[in-house]
Parts: sequence; C-alpha cells; structure tokens
Amino acid sequence: MLRRDLIRTAALAGTSVWALGRHALAAVGPAADGTAAPRRLVVVFMRGAVDGLNLVVPYADGEYARYRPTIALGRPGSDGGVLDLDGHFGLHPALSPLMPWWRSGHLGFVQACGSPDTTRSHFDAQDYMESGTPGRKSTADGWMNRLLGALPGPHENAPTRGVSVGPVLPRIYAGPQPVANLASGAAAAKPTVLDRPRVGSAFDSLYAGNDAMARAYQASRQAHREVMGSLQGEDLEREMAAANNGAPLPNGFPDDAARLARLMRNDARVQLAFMAVGGWDTHANQGAATGQLANRLQPLGQGLAALAQGLGPVFDDTVVLVMSEFGRTAHQNGNGGTDHGHGNVLWALGGPVAGGRVHGHWPGLDQGALYEGRDLAVSTDFRSVITQVALQHLQMPEDRMAALLPDFREPAGLPALRLLRA
Amino acid sequence: MRLAPMSLRRRSLLQAGLGLATTIPWLGRAETLPADDAQALHLLNRLAFGPGPGDLGRLQQQGLDAWIDEQLHPERLSLPAGLAQQLDALPLSRASQRDRVNAYREAAKEVKQDPENGKSERREMLKLEALQAGEARLWRALQSPRQLEEVMVDFWFNHFNIFQGKGLDRVLVDLYEREAIRPHVLGRFRDLLGATARHPAMLFYLDNWMSVAPGFRPRHGGGQNAPSGLNENYARELMELHTLGVDGGYTQADVTELARMLTGWTFNLRSRGSNLFVFDVERHDQGDKNWLGQHVGNSGQSEGEWALDQLSRHPATARHVSYKLAQYFVADEPPPALVQRLAQSFQSSAGDIRSVLRTLFSSAEFRDPAQHGSKFKTPYRYVLSALRATGVPVRNVRPLLGALNQLGMPLYGCLTPDGYKNTEAAWLNPEAITRRVNFAAALASGRVPLARPVDAPDEPQQARQHPEWNAPPPDAQALVATLGGSLSARTRATVDAAQPALQAALVLGSPDFMRH
Repeated sequence: MLRRDLIRTAALAGTSVWALGRHALAAVGPAADGTAAPRRLVVVFMRGAVDGLNLVVPYADGEYARYRPTIALGRPGSDGGVLDLDGHFGLHPALSPLMPWWRSGHLGFVQACGSPDTTRSHFDAQDYMESGTPGRKSTADGWMNRLLGALPGPHENAPTRGVSVGPVLPRIYAGPQPVANLASGAAAAKPTVLDRPRVGSAFDSLYAGNDAMARAYQASRQAHREVMGSLQGEDLEREMAAANNGAPLPNGFPDDAARLARLMRNDARVQLAFMAVGGWDTHANQGAATGQLANRLQPLGQGLAALAQGLGPVFDDTVVLVMSEFGRTAHQNGNGGTDHGHGNVLWALGGPVAGGRVHGHWPGLDQGALYEGRDLAVSTDFRSVITQVALQHLQMPEDRMAALLPDFREPAGLPALRLLRA
Repeated sequence: MRLAPMSLRRRSLLQAGLGLATTIPWLGRAETLPADDAQALHLLNRLAFGPGPGDLGRLQQQGLDAWIDEQLHPERLSLPAGLAQQLDALPLSRASQRDRVNAYREAAKEVKQDPENGKSERREMLKLEALQAGEARLWRALQSPRQLEEVMVDFWFNHFNIFQGKGLDRVLVDLYEREAIRPHVLGRFRDLLGATARHPAMLFYLDNWMSVAPGFRPRHGGGQNAPSGLNENYARELMELHTLGVDGGYTQADVTELARMLTGWTFNLRSRGSNLFVFDVERHDQGDKNWLGQHVGNSGQSEGEWALDQLSRHPATARHVSYKLAQYFVADEPPPALVQRLAQSFQSSAGDIRSVLRTLFSSAEFRDPAQHGSKFKTPYRYVLSALRATGVPVRNVRPLLGALNQLGMPLYGCLTPDGYKNTEAAWLNPEAITRRVNFAAALASGRVPLARPVDAPDEPQQARQHPEWNAPPPDAQALVATLGGSLSARTRATVDAAQPALQAALVLGSPDFMRH
C-alpha cells in the first residue's frame, strides 16, 4: 500500500531493489563457519489466471461490489464475508487455513502485481512469466533453470537441486541445468521395475550416453533414490501402502505439497521447487464465498498450510511464491464469471517474508484507473519480486542478475518493494 | 509421384561424410538401412502410429507413394470386420446429442430425488461414457488401416481441444469427435471450423452457449444464473488458437466485437431434433460491429458464418495451421520455407487439408533422412506404437487409459483449449522416461490385463485367478523384425546380451523407441 510505503527514507527513493539487496546481503550473509542453512524457494503457479480480486479482496473499495453484483464477497463479519486483512483488503474465506501465518507475519501479498506485457493469452502470458522475459518469445530457457545455474549450492560438492512435482517439466525449468520431476500422488514413492538390479543395470547401459534422453533417465534414477531415501520409517510405510492401492489420492495438491515438504526437509540440496495447480479460468458461474472458485481455493489453502507445516524448521529459510499469469476483469461478465484481465495478486509465504501486509501500490478500481477501462492495472512488475528473492533471500551474486532477468530494470519513481524482512 | 531414393541416398552419404552420423544416433540408424526401407519406416512412424507386425513389408510391396495416396483417401479403405463390429457393439454408438444430454439431466434429477442411489448411478453412467469414448478412439487408432485418419484425429482434436471433465462435455466428448472432427480431418478447414463452432460440446466448453447481448432478459425469468451479457472466452480462442494465431494481428476490441457477433450461437436442451445447436435471435446483439477493420451490420447468424469465412481465408490462419502441421509431421522447429509452401497450398486450395498434406508429404523437408526419428513421441503415440508393435489384441482399454494418465496425457483430459503439445520440450523429462520404461516392462512381461472383461470386478485376487486376462509377452525377435531393424547398434547389443525375458522390455523401453 502506497500510504504505508511512504515511510521509506528519502535516500532510498528511486534506487533499485538491487541496491537494497546489497544492504540485506551484508545483514544476513552466511555464518563464518560456512554452515548456514541453505535458502529455499518454492514457486506455485496457478495456471489459468486466478481472479485475484476475489482472493485478496479490496472490499473497502466502493467500486468492488458495484462491478460484481452477484460474485462480490461480503465485508468482514457478514455471512460468507472476507477475512479481514488490514481494514482495506480481506482474504477469501476458503483460504482460512492460512490465516495463522498472516497473523504471525509470515504470509504477505503483493496486489496489482503482474507482467508489463499486456497479452490476454493464457499461453503467452504463462510463457513470459516462466521465461522471465515478457514480450520476448525467443528465450529458450526458464528463469528457475537460470537461477539453478547461478546459485552456489549449499555445500561444496553438493550442487543445488531443483525439483518439480508432476508428470511434465514446466517451461520455468527449461534449460541446461538438470531438474528432477517427481510423479504427482503416491506413485512418487512407489518402487519401480528399475529397482530390480538386473533390470536396472540393463537399462542403465541403454541410457549411459550424454544426450538429453540419457541425462533425463539418469536424473530420474537419482531423484527416485533420493525420494526413497528421504521418506523414512513410518512415512515410507504409509506411502507404500497408498502407492500399492494404486488409487489416486483424493486431495492431489495437499498431499503433493506435504510430500514435497518432507523431501525438502530431509534433503538440504533441494533448494528450488515448483508446483503447478490448474483450473482457475472462471469464465462462468465462479461463485463467491462458495462455488467453483471457492472449491478450488480450499485445497490450495490446505496444501500451502501443509507445506508450511511440513517444512518444520526449514520454513525459516524458505520463501514460497504463488503466482498466476494475469488477473481477471474487474467487472463480472454476462455469466457470473470474469474474463481475461491484467493485474493480479502474488502471494509470499515463509520465514523470511515480511508478512501481515499487503505490499505494492494499489492503483484502485476507479474506472479511470483500470487498464483499458476494464482490468486492474499492474503497478509491481513480477520480476521485482524475483529480483528481491534472488538477491536478498537466495543471496545470489548481484552480477548474475542480468543473466537471470535480462532486459529488466527496476522502474524508477516507485516506492521500493519490501517483501522480505531486512 | 515416386520417392527419389537416389537423391536421398546421396544426401545421407553427404551427411555421413560430414560426420553427422556419428553424433546423431537416429541418423546412424538410417545409415544402416537401405533408403527405401528407411523411408517406409518413416512413413509408418509419422503417417501412422508406428509399424505393426508385417506392416513394413506390405507397405514396400504396395509402393510408398501408392500407400500415401491411399492414406489420403481413407474412404477407399474399409475397416476390418472385427473392428467394425467392436465399434458397432458399443452401447452408446447410436445415442444422439439429445439422448446423451437427456440421460445426463435425468441423472442429475435422480441425484436430487435420491442422493444415495442417484449419485452412484450417475457415476456409473459417466464411467461408461468415458470408457466408451476411450474404446472408440483407441481401438481405431490401434487397428484401423486408415492410420493417417487416426493421426489427423489426434492432430485436429488437440487443435480444437475440449475437456471431458467439464460438465456436459462428459457425455458429449465422443460425439464431438465423431460429428465435428472425424468427418473433416482430411477435408476443408472451413467445414471443420464450422462443425466445431456449432457443436454443443465446444459451445459449452468455451462458454459461448450463454454469451448474450448485454441487457438480454430471458422470457421465462431464468433465475440468478441467467446470462446477462457477453462472454468472450470462445471468441478469443477462436482467433488465438483455432485460426489466426496469437500474433495474427487482432486486438482486444476485435475479441469483444467477435463475441458480440457470435451471441445467439447456443444449443437448446429441449430440442426435438437429435442435434441441439440453435441460433437464438433473441440472444443476439443486434447492434453494428466493427471487426478486424470492417463494418459489420446486423444479420443474425450470418454474421458468425461470415466471420468463420473470413477467418478461414485469412493468411494468418494459413500460416498458423501450416506451422502446426509442419511441427507435427516434420520437426519441433519446422523449416520456415516448408511452412511458407504449405501456407501457399492452404490458400490456393481454399483450405483443403488433403492438398496441404500432399504438399507436405512430398516435400524434401519431410523426406529428409535427418528427420528420421527426430521427433520425441508424445505419451499417446508412445503407448499406441508399443501396442501396435507387439500386435497384442486389446479388448480392455482401461490399462491404456491408466498408462496415459500416469504419463501426464490423459485421453480427453487436457484442461486448456490449446490441447496437448507434440514437442520434445513438452514431454521429455526424467519422470517420463522411467514411467515409459515401467510401462514397457509391464507390457513385455505380460502383466497388462488387456484381455480382462471390462465388467469384471476390479480386485487383485481376481486378476491372479485369471492369468489369461494378461496380454501374452511379445517375442523379442519378432518385435525387432516388426520395427524393421531400426534399433541402433548399441541397443541391439544390449538386447542381445540380456536374458531373454528382458529383451522385449529393452526394445520397447529403448531410447530408439522413444522417438519416431
């Protein structure tokens, strides 16, 4: 919020977050013995453009309820109303499992965040957010792969590992650094035919090369060993029982999130992780406190809570970013839904997050403030958030920023984002 | 039109001389085969879902060009009697749009009246729908001699994707494929576009069925969920995905104007006919529109038809569709000169898909030996090609639907309207390879219950009592013969050195078999 960010010192006005990062680096650098706990980043991508205005709801904005006669959420305290955040914004009630982290100051949001590219194509917008180069389609790799290459690694001889949950590798991880993906659901921990020594060694020799397929095969074998290794005792028994039933688990996301938390907690090398969750393209009958959107948000909230809890002590060293390619129209459409828009809300959860606040400049919902008269404007470039997390939290050397986010310059004249604790 | 083996051979020799053959494994493979064999294999790998037992020999006997010609005219090939019977015997094969939707609505009513029984009945009905859609698709893809037709069903279904998991589309998805996609896969693009635009499954999936003129009031009230204005979902994807492409030069205003032109394109659940599409003039926005720089006066349904005409004739559509075809059939990064020639063919033939494909299949780019085995199989193609190669009859498709789920490509399960991609970047990942190896091992060791009756109870004890439900393990040497000696020397050596029980698994799980 602009009014709160005005507290910033005059000296910082107009300077880049990179400069801020340098300050922060000095304050939180690794301990002298070099044994500082590794810093982690989890990115959760909500594919399909979630309706951020019904997620972190500007209930105090007079226009909000007027634009959305049948899908606006009620004010705090009303039946099905939002959970008050700061007197201006309120959280969708389906996300109530996350309120403890808001109250303890470890969950925050950046409202009106997004890409400077104004495409309303899901596919282009996701592509840009994952390549980290809005407007440029020729970028071959994803920013999390570049980040993986730029991080020094938690220990010597232990390179940073990146993992992804799900049967395909996302664009955000495309690139030369090897990334492991884990099956969604209990199959991740199921023994495979390759665990039988004779079978495994025959296939190992088929995939002994150095081409893309061979490297993928080798990465999978290693990841599988690590997952099996990271699930100990009871965990493993439970997983095996679930796996052997073969039935898909009822709550895909919460279970996957809990499993990822366990892996990260037990394996310090896993510094980067990615999960995607789809189904947010609510063009019709999206509902309000209940209904389609609420039904999707519920397992998401449960899953993020499971992740935060499951990380245990590692939560203190983890930042979870939740993003979506663009927001949706400020007005509801003819079918109780919303069409493709522009600005959206980005979430940040974790020990290092300066939570309990809605960050960013709020452009408001007045007709004149809307982008093209219809969508929430973007006031914070999503790359500002990545920059801050990379420099201040992951302690990436500043001279590698240009490689991580080519073309990006922190815009001058805006209050500095302070999403992380100093 | 005859392939030119001489010039192809010369080209491969040239590449071998440049040392390419030692660095690109699939080129090395092509080297070991006579050029005609390699081309025949290439055709079966790209115009079909891979060779089945004996296919390679038959194709060569027929001649490559005669085979291509036949594939381009599927109406000249009849389905084997067994397959035709199997398809005909599907209980829902004669149920119309109206029948399906009525059954769906009846089931919803049942759930309200008798939640306990109603819910389980509804679940059973939807399971049956999903199973039959899968059977109709996979049985044809595996057994039909009209392989190119099946390949094009895969291509066009993904181009005009709908998602089975969304409401009414649970019961409409296989009719959509049968009525809107299949009849036009080698026909005119305009017919295909029109058939998808008028199909209730598409109108429902992309919400156009309830997009109405702003201020519309339904005659009979209609309650809180009655539509009250535009929904631009379909209009946007119609231009971005189905025709012009995202860089096709349209604006947000064009999206909104096209949505206005398409108001009234909906379906009537109480229709007396078997097809539900209607143009409802009361829902139609009667105002003037300005779309892609042209003034459009009010003319009811003709506005939308005219828009589809314009879109199918647009050069951006020719380019977009040509790019996708070249990417599907030739290479993930298709040669720009080829895309341009295909786009010319598209325009000069007024969007005749058969003509475009003829241009494509006779192009030097398609026949370039460097493209042999250059594409990474999608999970769909991987599963189909493995089954075709073994020649095992598939009575029960459930294990295959399950494998597709596990491999990240559930049949009719792509949630988003862009459909599944067919590139290496989309599908090659660590998990994918080991999942495929596991599928290959199960198939090769006879542990996939492809002969289990579909109504047999789903219990592990049952399976143990009925070993005959499992497909028999394929013979490794027969498999190698079917694949036409297309395996690399390294794979062959590993296969030969392995114990016999493991050999077929190594063939189907080999790096060579991941590509096509």
